[in-house]
Amino acid sequence: MHSGDITIDDITKVEGSACLSVKVANDQVSDLKFIIKDYRRFYTRAVRGKPALTAPSFLSRICGTCSVAHLFASIEAVEKSQGMAVSEQTKILRRLAYDGLMLRDHALHLYFFVLPDILGVDSILDIPDNVNNLGHQLLHDSFYIKRLGSEITDVVIGAAIHAPYPSVGGFLKLPDPGKFPDLITRLENLRPQILRGIKTFFDWKETLVRNSDYLCLRNDKSYDFLEGEIVNSNGKRVPEEKFPEFLDSVVIPYSESEGYVFSDTHEDYLVGSLARINLNRDLLNPKTVADIKDFLTVFPSNNIYHNNLAQAIEMLHCLDDAVEILKNLKISEEKPVRNSPRAGTGVGVVEAPRGTLYHKAAVDDKGMVADYEVIVPTSQNQINIENDLKKYFNDNLGKDEENLRLEAEKIIRAYDPCMSCATNFLKIDWSRA
Amino acid sequence: MNKKLVVGWFSFTCCEDSTILFTELLNDHYDTWKKLVEFRYLKALKTKNSLEGLDVAFVEGAISSPTQEKRVREIRENAKYVVAVGACAVTGRPSATRNDFVDKDITDKIQWYFDHFDYSKKVLKLDEVIKVDDIIGGCPMDKNIFLSTLEKYLKLFKIISDA
Repeated sequence: MHSGDITIDDITKVEGSACLSVKVANDQVSDLKFIIKDYRRFYTRAVRGKPALTAPSFLSRICGTCSVAHLFASIEAVEKSQGMAVSEQTKILRRLAYDGLMLRDHALHLYFFVLPDILGVDSILDIPDNVNNLGHQLLHDSFYIKRLGSEITDVVIGAAIHAPYPSVGGFLKLPDPGKFPDLITRLENLRPQILRGIKTFFDWKETLVRNSDYLCLRNDKSYDFLEGEIVNSNGKRVPEEKFPEFLDSVVIPYSESEGYVFSDTHEDYLVGSLARINLNRDLLNPKTVADIKDFLTVFPSNNIYHNNLAQAIEMLHCLDDAVEILKNLKISEEKPVRNSPRAGTGVGVVEAPRGTLYHKAAVDDKGMVADYEVIVPTSQNQINIENDLKKYFNDNLGKDEENLRLEAEKIIRAYDPCMSCATNFLKIDWSRA
Repeated sequence: MNKKLVVGWFSFTCCEDSTILFTELLNDHYDTWKKLVEFRYLKALKTKNSLEGLDVAFVEGAISSPTQEKRVREIRENAKYVVAVGACAVTGRPSATRNDFVDKDITDKIQWYFDHFDYSKKVLKLDEVIKVDDIIGGCPMDKNIFLSTLEKYLKLFKIISDA
């Protein structure tokens, strides 16, 4: 049992985005800080005065791994500010592209970042080169999953990262339907590999149970990452425009990111796959549900490690959803909607891979951005992560330091915060009073 | 054991899109690179990292703070070659957009961050801080230039034949 302060420090690792500081007194955690260290780029300020039509492409640069989420949230915000309605084809193509994003992004997190924890190795680079080894099989499964996710986005929106085809009002270039049959075949052939992944994350018995508050987008017609209303686990439900009413922003003086709590209960909450599966699993694709009934029995779950299982389930859902879309989609030639500029404000809320993402654009009568706001998932999860870590350390101070460090990283990783946070973010310097 | 190219991969202020693209390249090159490259520093994928004895350091992102400047100088001292990767490292942009801010752009909220963390007055591109041997532009990096640059260093360090 630790009898004095413990310092977990990441100061010298400047390329890392986060670090963790823990102080212990009387065998209890007296202070714990989860510190997000990415330097701000102030893009929401920089975009002011720029043409609103260009804002989505610029703001997709907020994040490399979920740039498509920022792109689509920003496009939605600008479209709504202009009172612009898009075609059904545009909506379905965005949905298809998003399936590709989720496949690639979830696979990156689950197999490149989390799988080494399950296998007990430092990294994917340490997985044995043995085709009969389960770790080797899972890693190579991930290459196929990521590649196909990226290929969907390549075909539909031109790239997996900072995609060039989506625009305010529609698409600058439409996909070539001649590429759909090959994608369908390869996606259908990929189902066994994804099911192997789901079983792997189901069988991983890591547990940390604390919080029971969740928030996500819900569309009562389907499991939807792009359209719906905001719901939470307390039964509250509001339209996208009123999303900030759910939240109170909390200044965290040691972190580059603000945190958020529910505005009514002042409780921390979680966004991401676990929230979505807890609140929306009744809407999953029927084909997906038919093959994973046993794995769904653990939900609703308050075990943060089940965020990994929830992501794996979402991969299968996105695969099945993409196949359905590709089999039924007939592409019609159309140009993006373009209106004369008008003054207005619009909100775009989407479910990014790691949780609910909010963009709000205020546009002036010349079509220039007058104001812009963004609330990202990792900021919303920040206080939840910190409180989970407090619980973990208080319950486990008898463990050795190396074990505590590795477990703390696993807990943070389970949230799938933005990339450099999620991976190897800690340099530990332990000191005791 | 055959000699491998000792590589480090570092990210500073950016969206880390080139890191994401790098992880995508592993879909096709993992088995080959594992034989040819020792990723000695790659925090995106490894817990155990070391700066020592790098043949090539690939550095992504712009430099936003004195802390980052110090760190990138440390990387330079430990690497025989440094390659700037992606638009933010090569040009500073778009991460350096705040360099264009005038006084009215610095809101109280922005000033709070400037006051509470060690932001540099200006965001710098990599070669404004250290000597850079090669650049790979693009947002994210151009993957073909990355592959050809890696091949160049594999040949330079005689990991693969120059034939």
